[in-house]
Amino acid sequence: MVNEPQNDGFVVFDHVQKSYDGEALVVKDLNLSIGKGEFLTMLGPSGSGKTTCLMMLAGFETATHGDIRLEGRPINEVPPHKRGIGMVFQNYALFPHMTVGENLSFPLEVRGMGKSEREAKVKRALDMVQMYSFINRRPAQLSGGQQQRIALARALVFDPGLVLMDEPLGALDKQLREHMQFEIKHLHESLGITVVYVTHDQGEALTMSDRVAVFNDGRIQQLAPPDELYERPQNSFVAQFIGENNKLEGVVESIDNGRALVRLGTGELIDATAVNVTAKGQKTVVSIRPERVEYKAELLPSGAHTVDAEVLEFIYMGDLFRTRLRVAGSDDFVIKSRNTSGQRMLKPGEKIKIGWAPDDARALEPS
Amino acid sequence: MANADMPADTMLRTADGQPLKSALAKASRKARIRAFLLVVPLLIFVLLTFVIPIGQMLSRSVNNDQFSESMINIGVWFDENPNAEPDEAAYAALAADLVYSAANRMIGNAGTRINYEVPGTRSLFTSSGRKAKNLKAPFKEALLELDEDWARPDLWAAMRSASGTTTFNFYQAAVDRKINADGQFERADENSRIYMTLFGRTFALSVVITGLCLLLGFPIAHLLATLPLRKASLLMILVLLPFWTSLLVRTTSWMVLLQGQGVINNVLVSLGIVTEDGRLEMMYNQTGTIIAMTHILLPFMILPLYSVMKTIPPSYARAARSLGATSWTTFRRIYLPQTVSGIGAGGILCFILAVGYYITPALVGGADGTLISNQIAFHMQNSLNWSLAAALATMLLASVLILYWAYDRLVGIDNMKLG
Repeated sequence: MVNEPQNDGFVVFDHVQKSYDGEALVVKDLNLSIGKGEFLTMLGPSGSGKTTCLMMLAGFETATHGDIRLEGRPINEVPPHKRGIGMVFQNYALFPHMTVGENLSFPLEVRGMGKSEREAKVKRALDMVQMYSFINRRPAQLSGGQQQRIALARALVFDPGLVLMDEPLGALDKQLREHMQFEIKHLHESLGITVVYVTHDQGEALTMSDRVAVFNDGRIQQLAPPDELYERPQNSFVAQFIGENNKLEGVVESIDNGRALVRLGTGELIDATAVNVTAKGQKTVVSIRPERVEYKAELLPSGAHTVDAEVLEFIYMGDLFRTRLRVAGSDDFVIKSRNTSGQRMLKPGEKIKIGWAPDDARALEPS
Repeated sequence: MANADMPADTMLRTADGQPLKSALAKASRKARIRAFLLVVPLLIFVLLTFVIPIGQMLSRSVNNDQFSESMINIGVWFDENPNAEPDEAAYAALAADLVYSAANRMIGNAGTRINYEVPGTRSLFTSSGRKAKNLKAPFKEALLELDEDWARPDLWAAMRSASGTTTFNFYQAAVDRKINADGQFERADENSRIYMTLFGRTFALSVVITGLCLLLGFPIAHLLATLPLRKASLLMILVLLPFWTSLLVRTTSWMVLLQGQGVINNVLVSLGIVTEDGRLEMMYNQTGTIIAMTHILLPFMILPLYSVMKTIPPSYARAARSLGATSWTTFRRIYLPQTVSGIGAGGILCFILAVGYYITPALVGGADGTLISNQIAFHMQNSLNWSLAAALATMLLASVLILYWAYDRLVGIDNMKLG
């Protein structure tokens, strides 16, 4: 973590529920407090309620129940144009009939700002994204990345304290997307603004955020800084959604001091950290990151249990080797190993033994 | 690009040495021929049903053969004696023409043609034509003896202008000008200046109808573009339903609704809003024309507007709101400018259709609700002055083309979205 902003409740969702049709809840009892200056990402698959939350914060959807507060003030009844929240849209929403300059000038005009002040602010905002030379272009004459920068500048030009971003990088190619991620991150740090960012791209969420709220099925599944989210997922959904994960189903054999011994369907025993299993005999899913699986006996911690595996497929990925194994009857167990000098390439059909440190395997409730 | 004056060695060539341009033309020739063959039927259809009739109409509007076809000798005299008073030679030529026309049963046409300009002269031609073969020199006295009117200078002026093979007389008539005794054109008498009044009324009513269509159509189109698909298609059927109903049926239903003893008046009277004597006159006047035509032309406004609004994502309005604009500012500065192409297309479509509309004003327009097209129809069917009808129609066509040109200059025709 670069900086740990104080959570002073700059934005608060207090028991917020949202239903569109009166039959199903899209957002189920959301409680979330975002600190001033924080970069918070709402991450989740489509239909998980994350965009609805953003739209409620922006004022385009009303909360069916509960309070949304901005700087301690309830804003449920405040119309969007009085909230003073900057927003970057998925498709940029740059007004096609206006030039770049007019687009940026628009929020200042509706605030009744004088011409010279407007020009100064527009110039400052455009300089911030290195786009001042494009001031007289129309949005249609700009590339996707350029439009993205203008949309960003427009959301920032009127100095909002809070900026919402709704999958702003979704339409860009991979390289540009990664570049823009850093640019947005730097703007966030230099301006000290609070950002609520919605994405379904977990890489983006991990790269940029101070904290990530993982949404599924209308609930926050886990709210944590990126490293914690990746290393210590609270449930099997988060484990599965963030990064690649191997799942092994089994029954808890014993729990001792947070360490669980799990018997797989094939009868083999493995080590794991008990996260949300509590009793012997409980069904569980053990989740292990592919890069934490070891197959060289000398690198395993002493006393670690090992499991038999058969190599099914070996893929050379450049910096990594990706090997697919058959483990305990399942064909999609993947391990990743770095392409260090002297690293051995496994061959399909080869029989190996794999194991891991108990810290790296997490026994979660079955989903 | 290879220029013709470039040295041959710098010209781009294909691998086997052919110039690239001719190779390209050769490669795409087959596709171009096939594409052309595909449009040939349409081309012929358009030629037969559109270009040729309009060309005929244009030529009819300046066609002047009714008189000149049979009155040949007098035409020669007019050519040889410009600006001269009719002398004995002129009367001799006239007498010879009268004999020829009467014998060939063309005297009626010639008389009709002069009658357009000098009313009441058709019978002069037909009666003189019957007796012309007995005329003896000197012809001037003989003709004047037949009828004094042959000396009228305005008659001679009309004959002079009718003797050419082409004429602009019909256009002059169409802008309410007539020939006076000196052969000059002047404004028609005040009570016979009908065409300019009609043109004025036609354009004014068309503007009003187009404006009403826009006012009524804009919210409907917006609703159509924003409703969920199922509700939108239901609404769309309601919009299109009138399209599928006969024009005559729709117009007569308006007559049922609007007339003095009609549904609307009956309801108003029974509710006590208007008295029995004070029944509203909404039929056989301009009100009737405006109401019925607005209803009939509404889909032509809604559809282009809808197709444009459909392409405006709701995120623009949201963006404007999040940037601090009120809903009114958002509408005025963000939404409305983006619908201009639809407003232009719908407006032009409605206006052009309204300017040429015939059947509805004929049925519900009464005396002061008829339009120029009704007058054109009158000249086609009743007075049989086809040349004047053609001249009026040509003016209508020209004004529509001018409007189109003006729109192109102001808004740009490529900004127009018809669907």
